[in-house]
Amino acid sequence: MSVTPAAQPPPQQEPTTLAARFALYQRAGGVITPLLTTLLALFIAGLVVRFTTGASPLDTGRAILDGSGLTWFIPESVMDIRSVAGTYDDWPSEAEARLNAEINLQQTLIFTTTLILTGLAVAFAFRCGLFNIGGQGQFFVGAIVAVAVGAEVSGVGRVLHVPLVLLCAALAGAVWAGIAGILRATVGAHEVITTIMLNWIAYWIGSYLFSLGGPLQSDRSRQVPISNDVQESAKLHVFWGDFQGLHVGFFIAIAALVAFYLILNRTTLGYGVRAVGYNPEAARYGGISVSRNYFLAMAISGLFAGLAGAVDIMGWQYRYGQIDIQQSDIGFAGIAVALLGRNTSIGIFFSALLFGALLTGSNTRNLALPIEPELAGNMTLIVQGLVVLFVAADLVILYLWRFRKRLGLPRREPKAVGS
Amino acid sequence: MADARVDQAAPPVLELRGMTKRFPGVLANDRIDFDLRRGEVHALLGENGAGKSTLMNVLYGLYHPDEGEIRINGKSVAIGSPKEAIEHGIGMVHQHFMLVPVMTVTENIVLASEPRQGGIFLDYDSAAERVRKLSDSFNFAIDPDAKVESITVGQQQRVEILKALYRGADILILDEPTAVLTPQEADELFGILGTLQREGMSIIFITHKLREVLEIAERITVLRRGKKIETVPREGSTQDTLARLMVGREVLLRVDKTAAAPAEPLLTVENLSVVDERGLEAVRGVSFEVRAGEIVGLAGIDGNGQTELIDALTGLMAPENGRVRVGDRDVTTENAHQHLEHGVGHIPEDRQRRGLVLDFTLAENLALHDYRKSPNSYFGWLRPGRIVSAAKSLLKEFDVRGGGPQTRASSLSGGNQQKVVVAREVSRDPRVLIAAQPTRGLDVGAIEFVHRRLVEERDEGRAVLLISLEIDEILSLADRILVIYEGQIVAEYGPDVTEQALGIAMTGGTREGAAA
Repeated sequence: MSVTPAAQPPPQQEPTTLAARFALYQRAGGVITPLLTTLLALFIAGLVVRFTTGASPLDTGRAILDGSGLTWFIPESVMDIRSVAGTYDDWPSEAEARLNAEINLQQTLIFTTTLILTGLAVAFAFRCGLFNIGGQGQFFVGAIVAVAVGAEVSGVGRVLHVPLVLLCAALAGAVWAGIAGILRATVGAHEVITTIMLNWIAYWIGSYLFSLGGPLQSDRSRQVPISNDVQESAKLHVFWGDFQGLHVGFFIAIAALVAFYLILNRTTLGYGVRAVGYNPEAARYGGISVSRNYFLAMAISGLFAGLAGAVDIMGWQYRYGQIDIQQSDIGFAGIAVALLGRNTSIGIFFSALLFGALLTGSNTRNLALPIEPELAGNMTLIVQGLVVLFVAADLVILYLWRFRKRLGLPRREPKAVGS
Repeated sequence: MADARVDQAAPPVLELRGMTKRFPGVLANDRIDFDLRRGEVHALLGENGAGKSTLMNVLYGLYHPDEGEIRINGKSVAIGSPKEAIEHGIGMVHQHFMLVPVMTVTENIVLASEPRQGGIFLDYDSAAERVRKLSDSFNFAIDPDAKVESITVGQQQRVEILKALYRGADILILDEPTAVLTPQEADELFGILGTLQREGMSIIFITHKLREVLEIAERITVLRRGKKIETVPREGSTQDTLARLMVGREVLLRVDKTAAAPAEPLLTVENLSVVDERGLEAVRGVSFEVRAGEIVGLAGIDGNGQTELIDALTGLMAPENGRVRVGDRDVTTENAHQHLEHGVGHIPEDRQRRGLVLDFTLAENLALHDYRKSPNSYFGWLRPGRIVSAAKSLLKEFDVRGGGPQTRASSLSGGNQQKVVVAREVSRDPRVLIAAQPTRGLDVGAIEFVHRRLVEERDEGRAVLLISLEIDEILSLADRILVIYEGQIVAEYGPDVTEQALGIAMTGGTREGAAA
């Protein structure tokens, strides 16, 4: 600690907005807190496993790691799978294990792709001081439009069809989120409420469209509430793997991360969004329209979520149905991704990878043996919930800590004054 | 003045020896010695950040010192919490009152030390009686049953003092007590302090206002950058000598300016009415003009429509009625952005809430109005290099210390933050400069800087409208003075009006009343 003669305790201003509070948190915690948050969440999830099934948390963790395919990066470790006692009756050959890891990794990255985009949808609004809970609905709208344009439009060729579907789905997401943005900007309706309502509207619109006899229901299997497959020309190229391999949507997500960074930090649009996010009153004083930025930030958020829906459809699902709508929660997972990733590009990449790995590694196929299937399927949800809880609690802890510091209270050693 | 009330020979009631307090990276108090005699008013004088409040917070048990000794009546004591400070007879009145607005004066005073009947029920009547006796004995004129929210700020301050007396304080610490008061209320406070002094109370008076110090303190201890510079008696001290001790160099207290040479009107306001957020008419039919090359001061007590007037003049709030012109252009219905474009500069009242985005860097803050324009951006793409280099030269020109273009605004001291705001507004070359409380919370050095800059802007032919709650500031800067009271301009004066007359007009007395 360097002691300067300037007797100027750093001025402590109370952060007022969500974004400003988060910026403070980010500065105070750095990269350590997200890591600790993750470890703590995993640890508690391990305890849950221990006390509900009696299985060893370490074995479970190892099984999740293997199941996620991340071990593929370390070839020697692939065969360590045998060290997990009693996992398999017939040991797979080395080649089989390696192939298994490869397939798992592809699934992890497919999830990561979607999570990056839904995470960005939350993060962008967040930087404008808005809490976009509507990623799920915007994702639905994107997926529905992608199915419609991808399946019903034909004969345009891949070069046109793919960008057309992506564009339509992204715009649909933008419109969906933009509704909440306009409502916030004009009548002040809170975006948390309106986006949740829009989620349900999207949910039921989709359920209707894919229902038996509905406008988008399949021509071939009339008994199943599901859409037609998208045309071959609307499918994204799969560049790695034969069984549901990794598609080029992965690079679209990476490009979106870069775009997110550039828009926020290098454009006048991003300047306005951040200014409003940190201090709407100062932005207004500075001649920046707060309402306009609320709308734009929401619309751009929706753009990312709509893109997520399109990439999911075009990359590996190829069709969408009522069951998919009922089971999907990848839009909500974006909230945890954004929070854990601190609303930054790099952070979102890693937290999306973490949640992608958890989703793949903890699905019943990979975890069925060490622990019960019901619990296995919910492991991700447990970790996800804990992460959101901890990030929120961290803010509280940080506040208490700052409060102590502001009062100059010692940690626990009241020093004697005088002799 | 050798005061008979102060017993020079007796041991001091309070002695601080070698008090040292460190904050991360900062030495807030560096081996400070201080003593307080019985029955004296001892002023603690220093610029913002000199370490006055830190020292008193240590004494009051809010901070723990790293080194040093506190002696009360010659005995060494350890003060670990405000509760212990109160037990040692120390009372503190903070700058921001710690009162519950919906409770009565009595309830506030007895809070946490309520007299109880049978150990359970609050014995309100006897408490009120004690408060009344205490209040009467010092001529406080406080109704013990009044709700705190219904009494004036000056009275609330007296409630805080009563609270300390009620708890048996004989050492009273007042932290910048006049910051929230009107001049008349400040005079009343000084009267009260005189009474307390006669009753044997010892008072520590924290301030950075030189005039007050000379008015009421027997001795003055000056702090600068965490160190004690000197303790001087009032006799022989002048504002100039104190300012030099405080700042460490010669300071120009009088603003050096020539007579104004007003030219054509640049800001014309006609019959302007503004309705505030609650739907009340806050500005009621105001008309005035500000000419090129003059500073017009708008004096008034806080809450008489100044805020709404400023908002209407800068496009932040649409007026209900009337017209505003900048030069020949009618800007009445234009928004904040258009005002900025048409030559209105605005130094806002609250630099942290409005003037700066605290989480932005200084460079980003300096570009707040013009980030969309070349050379700061190009077809929607920011050019960080240009923004930073422009910021670098502005920060140098305006002598902003404590950080460079990439420093976050939040980490600067208040004075330097204000310099950033002034730099941004002035550098845009506005025709009309609206300066709202431009020196609020600043220390002498920074005030001098801002004042000099405002006069320079005037001399360059801008129309400057200065809105201030500080009579001193208005008197030393303005070429023409308007007084606003309850949303109307009630008086207009030349630069040589007396403080007395201005004070009366500000509280609603007429010009005739002021002359009488």
